[in-house]
Amino acid sequence: MKILVCISHVPDTTSKINFTDSDTKFDTNGVQFVINPNDEFGLTRAMWFKEKQGASVDVVNVGGAETEPTLRKALAIGADSAIRVNAEATDGLFVAKQLAQVVKDGGYDLVIAGRESIDYNGGMVPGLLAGIIDANFVNTCIGLDIEGTTATATREIDGGKETLTTVLPLVVGGQKGLVEESDLRIPNMRGIMMARKKPLKVIDAVAATEATKSVQFEKPAPRGEVKLVSADNIDELVDLLHNEAKVI
Amino acid sequence: MSVLIYTENEGGKLKKASFEIASYAKEIAQSLGTTLTAVTINAEDTSVLGNYGVDKVLEIKDDKLSTFNAKAYADVISQAAEKEGAKVIVVSSSADSKYLAPLMAVKLDAGYASNAVALPESTAPFKVKRMAFTNKAFNITEITTDVKIIGLSNNAFGLKETNGAAAAESFEGKAEGDFAVNVSAVDKATDKVSIADAEVVVSGGRGLKGPENWGMIEELAGVLGAATACSKPVSDMGWRPHSEHVGQTGKPVASNLYIAIGISGAIQHLAGINSSKVKVVVNSDPEAPFFKAADYGIVGDAFEVLPKLIEKLKEFKANNA
Repeated sequence: MKILVCISHVPDTTSKINFTDSDTKFDTNGVQFVINPNDEFGLTRAMWFKEKQGASVDVVNVGGAETEPTLRKALAIGADSAIRVNAEATDGLFVAKQLAQVVKDGGYDLVIAGRESIDYNGGMVPGLLAGIIDANFVNTCIGLDIEGTTATATREIDGGKETLTTVLPLVVGGQKGLVEESDLRIPNMRGIMMARKKPLKVIDAVAATEATKSVQFEKPAPRGEVKLVSADNIDELVDLLHNEAKVI
Repeated sequence: MSVLIYTENEGGKLKKASFEIASYAKEIAQSLGTTLTAVTINAEDTSVLGNYGVDKVLEIKDDKLSTFNAKAYADVISQAAEKEGAKVIVVSSSADSKYLAPLMAVKLDAGYASNAVALPESTAPFKVKRMAFTNKAFNITEITTDVKIIGLSNNAFGLKETNGAAAAESFEGKAEGDFAVNVSAVDKATDKVSIADAEVVVSGGRGLKGPENWGMIEELAGVLGAATACSKPVSDMGWRPHSEHVGQTGKPVASNLYIAIGISGAIQHLAGINSSKVKVVVNSDPEAPFFKAADYGIVGDAFEVLPKLIEKLKEFKANNA
């Protein structure tokens, strides 16, 4: 089984979010970049398929050279090789079209991407990719087993979960649950050394048009001060929620 | 060309989120000088959609579609959109709609903007404000394709009632071929409000000291008709299921009222719940970062405050029933 794991290069979850160039660009100053958490759960599940079922695992990112340390980290965790499509990831459709070409050229059976990146939260690349290459698709996937060409997947639904059966080729929009938080791997020194020697192929983007364009960013309006209520005066809180906030 | 919405139902009954996207899409339809068409799949009474601005309902009744199948649903809704010549399509932010929207985008060559939080700022060019950086910021996105799909964030717009009437007609969509993805089991709590649909969410953190103390959270949620949720450490320690984890890597919450008990307010947690309108925090540590993000706060021990809060809210509910 050939697995491709899509890796977004995103600001660490603790990052302060600021913008530059009249609020049109994300301010990367002082920001640590990491593997998108939803992708990391998928990558870790892919490692399981590699170790238990002999799958090969490649990782891919659409982005500039600045994303390579994130790809190297994925290699240090255990992926076999990395591909970087050398282009700015301008919108979900553009990225999905690049990935479609990579999947076609590489003949992958299973593509695991995160259900969304934690920066743009578009939540569309896995679905667009599945639509473009006409593969089966499971979103918000919290469990995945493969037996031959048959896949059994668990999908999180509103208020519960459901079990799905399908066949490869398959695209998965993954999230926590594919593996547990405690299963995530911190690259060790040996992994980091080996990652330096693993192939990281840079390829040109295919011509593709976008469907959306980021125009501008805005930060939420600053909040007012919290209204503190004494623990001995719960009536006041109930009154505020009813008469002032009007939420009960 | 009309504006088209996919109005979901639960066991035949239309969901509240369906009325919200109808209210929202009606205003878009009016600003474009056109009408609003809703598509339903195996829904029972669709006339109620008229109260939220829907002019026409295309009813699909098909036993093959009795369980949700993203590809098949995307096929038939896309066919309805083509029939109506819809240029703008609005869906909700439910798990199902987020699943099928990108598939529809491919079918219809449409641009898709998810997590929209407001009406389009302009329709030519078509710009809509959406959440980004997991609620830490907004992004104005321009959709440049001829057909546009918007996913509206839950509770972002609210309901607007009108006195209209919706004309229903049946529509036969064709879900092509055998389904390649099949549901073999569903595990869903039918007696509980889901976080996605909830107007009120009651959430517990490490301050509750252990899973055995969740009875209080559940009781409070019961009084308020709320969904229960938890912080990341609580789900990581296995006190509560992952499905209750809210925050940046868990579920986003966009409820009207979010009550956090014993949650300190890590930046990732606050990001995930930022779209909630009113936030209440109960925490024994007055320095907890949550107090900077909340509207109302009580500095106090959860084990003392919660029983009193439950009692007072029960009284309130009894008097305001």
